[in-house]
Amino acid sequence: MAVNYREVKGSSGSHIVSERRLSDTRKRYVSERAEMIPPSGIRKFFDLLLTMNDVISLGVGEPDFNTPWNVSVAGIDSVERGATAYTSNKGLEELRDLISSYLISRYGTSYDPQNEIIITGGVSEGLDLAVRTVVDPGDEVLVADPCYVSYSPCVTLAGGIPITLPCPAEDEFRITPDTLMEKITRKTKLLMMNFPNNPTGGVMKQGDLEAIADILVDHDLLLLSDEIYSELTYEGRHVSPASIDSLWERTITLNGFSKAYSMTGWRVGYFCAPPEITAAALKIHQYVMLCAPTMSQYAAVEALKHAEEAKDRMVAEFRMRRNLFVAGLNRIGLPCHLPKGAFYAFPSIESTGLSDEDFAERLLVEHQVAVAPGSAFGPSGIGHIRCAYAVSREDLDEAVKRIGEFIDSL
Amino acid sequence: MDAKDREILRVLESDSRIGHEDLGTMLNLSKAEIIKRISAMEKTGVIRKYTAVIDWKKAGDDGVTAVVEVKVSPESEFGYDRIADRVARFPEVKSLRLVTGSYDLQLIVCGRTMQEVSEFVSGQIASLESIRETVTHIVMKTYKEYGCELQRSEGVERLPYSF
Ligand SMILES: Cc1ncc(COP(=O)(O)O)c(C=O)c1O
Repeated sequence: MAVNYREVKGSSGSHIVSERRLSDTRKRYVSERAEMIPPSGIRKFFDLLLTMNDVISLGVGEPDFNTPWNVSVAGIDSVERGATAYTSNKGLEELRDLISSYLISRYGTSYDPQNEIIITGGVSEGLDLAVRTVVDPGDEVLVADPCYVSYSPCVTLAGGIPITLPCPAEDEFRITPDTLMEKITRKTKLLMMNFPNNPTGGVMKQGDLEAIADILVDHDLLLLSDEIYSELTYEGRHVSPASIDSLWERTITLNGFSKAYSMTGWRVGYFCAPPEITAAALKIHQYVMLCAPTMSQYAAVEALKHAEEAKDRMVAEFRMRRNLFVAGLNRIGLPCHLPKGAFYAFPSIESTGLSDEDFAERLLVEHQVAVAPGSAFGPSGIGHIRCAYAVSREDLDEAVKRIGEFIDSL
Repeated sequence: MDAKDREILRVLESDSRIGHEDLGTMLNLSKAEIIKRISAMEKTGVIRKYTAVIDWKKAGDDGVTAVVEVKVSPESEFGYDRIADRVARFPEVKSLRLVTGSYDLQLIVCGRTMQEVSEFVSGQIASLESIRETVTHIVMKTYKEYGCELQRSEGVERLPYSF
């Protein structure tokens, strides 16, 4: 349903703090490290959106389904029961056991629940934790590009140097051995990647991973694999890098419940790595997070035990929407790779002659469809727009119609 | 019936108005194949009817719906089938099931007034020969119908824009 954001309660401009006061205080108090993080590219679109009516937003990076009700009930029950205290730093033992069984049976990756798994406050915490555990100041970190917006800031905050590793459309948004080789230097410590990918929907198959495995081994690099969209794989099966023998010992695997089980607001995910790395990460996690939210951990237990069917239904719905939406984009003249995972389409808008920023802004203002400009996700995203198809089929139809009208008007 | 047929059914059950072309795109089948499969399922009676879920209260209708529990003495030759068949023919009976437990048949009955419903149940149902007892429950409020929650707007509250 198109939304009138102008009328949504509480969406006034109250967040806008006096600019002058901010700049004084900033100079005196804000750290250089914090200042190194560029302001979020999201703000401009967000503010624009809030002034508008009848908007269809394909700019939302989370599922549009409710958390399966039995999962929510498990969270509610835990609160009612009085399970509202901390859990162990690592997280509930039952949850770690379930994750360990799930990972081995689903992806063939073996992690010991006792000393190789930490329950985190979402993959977001996992990313920061992983980077801070292995990156020293001055280390170079290869960031597969385009990528989720937190990657480079996490590296910067840890004192590392983020280096863009391009995964362009012509490589089907994958990492190729050649580009990888080109970017490795003596200072390279870690490769950060996310497949199925936000924003491109690209995946790395078994062969693609094997092709880069030897390079990682030869250069003694670590791999940070964010697999938050692993369940949302539509062609073939998801391959987890840690299932490849030579990679296990150098891989940190991050995953979570946000996307597969529609649990974004619960803030629960997990970090898996060899025992030495996990032990080091636990030292950081215990002081900055202490433990993941307890009720969310109980909900996650229920998700792994009794939500497979609900998950499969959501995945089936995403697959159908993807087919519908991508066919629609190609019909109106926006060439688009069939995304093999996640819930994003990443068409090129180069044929329109507009920059991705201008395209996104004009599409929103003139035709009330919100998408994210590809450049917000890194240089390889330039010339593309990210459309999240986590909206109803009716909205997708309407969005395709409006985007088509916009393109015809150019 | 195969997995694709079942996928078609699941989509139709959630949205029976969907076009054949879109359905084909969604399930990776040609439009012709979709039409062929759907008409086969219509012919064999797997698909019975295309309908809408309506909130009649919202439509201003103040009719009365009742859940009626019926105890039946099964007939030696026909069991429950013949009596069920007779009950099912009344248009006032919207649905009818044979159930386990403390009674046998469960009916959903609709009428314009309480009076009309109770007259129908006592006059047309309770009086049938093999029916031993009826208990009528008037519906006070419908929360969910055919998978639709009527009292709550479905969907998630999300930020309008996020990476
Ligand atoms: C690639 C990627 N990693 C991590 C996250 C954050 O996930 P979580 O909700 O588990 O913190 C997102 C959310 O959009 C994402 O797209």
